[in-house]
Amino acid sequence: MAVLAEWPLLLTGIAWTLALTAAAVVVGTLLGIGCAWVRGRGFGATLAPAWLQGLVGAYVELIRNTPFIVQLFFIFFGLPAAGFRLSAETASFIAMVVNLGAYATEIIRAGLEATPKGQMEAAHSLALTRSQTFVWVVLPPALKKVWPSLVSQIIIVMLGSSVCGQISTQELSYAADLIQTRTFRSFESFIVAGAIYLLLSIALRQFLNWAGAKFLFGRR
Amino acid sequence: MVDFSLWDIVRNLLLAARWTVGLSLVAFIGGGVVGMLLLMLRLGKLPGVGPVVAAYVQVFQGIPLLVQLFLAYYGLGLFGINTSPWVAAGLGLTLYASAFLTEIWRGCVEAIPRGQWEASESLALNFYEQLRYVILPQAIKIAVPPTVGFLVQVIKGTALASVIGFMELTKVGKTIANATFSPFLVFSCVAILYFVLCYPISLYAKHLERRIHVHR
Repeated sequence: MAVLAEWPLLLTGIAWTLALTAAAVVVGTLLGIGCAWVRGRGFGATLAPAWLQGLVGAYVELIRNTPFIVQLFFIFFGLPAAGFRLSAETASFIAMVVNLGAYATEIIRAGLEATPKGQMEAAHSLALTRSQTFVWVVLPPALKKVWPSLVSQIIIVMLGSSVCGQISTQELSYAADLIQTRTFRSFESFIVAGAIYLLLSIALRQFLNWAGAKFLFGRR
Repeated sequence: MVDFSLWDIVRNLLLAARWTVGLSLVAFIGGGVVGMLLLMLRLGKLPGVGPVVAAYVQVFQGIPLLVQLFLAYYGLGLFGINTSPWVAAGLGLTLYASAFLTEIWRGCVEAIPRGQWEASESLALNFYEQLRYVILPQAIKIAVPPTVGFLVQVIKGTALASVIGFMELTKVGKTIANATFSPFLVFSCVAILYFVLCYPISLYAKHLERRIHVHR
């Protein structure tokens, strides 16, 4: 098949898709944890000042209620006009981090708010500081609780990265588009890309479920 | 060079937002109808149908909407149908919405205790009567908030129809940005318009969800 003959392009595309996703997941989840800490209530009174809470709230709602492609265009086309010139890859990465960060905030916050009060009191009576309590007592079980939702969101972000091809990031859907212009086999190109995405999303879900159980939450 | 005032930009974007709303409604209603049919097929317990519907859901949830739209666009052409962006975007988004809605609703039906099925069966209700008088009235109650929430996903999804040439909010925004050389301003306006469309719906969905939990 003419499309599969272009396998080096497809492989590059897969590599970019996975690399962007992996980088965005790590940074985006950290951003989400930070924002969830600012936004969350129910694990002691929040320490964050009101203006910061307002800012994070606005960020989360703004991102969750606008399309990813518009966020991407704003960062790639809009920001240079304001003086920040970014490469397509950097813009894609930033857009994915910002996007995942907002969704992860809400997911992780739900986990944090489900922490029983006794946990905090126990930590407090052991003379742990507030930040120690958060990192060692509140956060791990909260992440464990919301891990399935987080995995689903990570897969949505991986699939969403296909949009980054629109600003010429060389990920998988960009590769499909390129193959299409070379071979004139439009439908076949996107069928192949679609099948690869499907396999990637199934494999990624399996991997994250396995990794979550084995490395992140399995030891207790 | 022609000068564009802010009002020119906003007016054109508002006109384009009509198409975003129109396409969202087509996809949401079409997706609802197809999703409901799929749900019936799945609940009907005919041999072999369940896995097929499950595979359908997996395929549409595991492939990016962008690729689905390209497939609808080029695929319709393959069958000799003269594809307008309207048809391709409407079809692509309908199928996408149907997969998600059928999965959401299946979850809601499964949340109804098994005893309800058994009790209604012991009253000699047939499958249709069971659904109509016992299961669906209870399931719809819990299905409304996530369904309203999914409408936001559909509205955001229509932004991707811009890549197959559908002149909705995002596409018009890009065109205006190219014409005016002020992408920062234009894409800010586009984002604000999407926010104005989606945020009230998000709030409403959250409100509905809270009301359900109060009743429990």
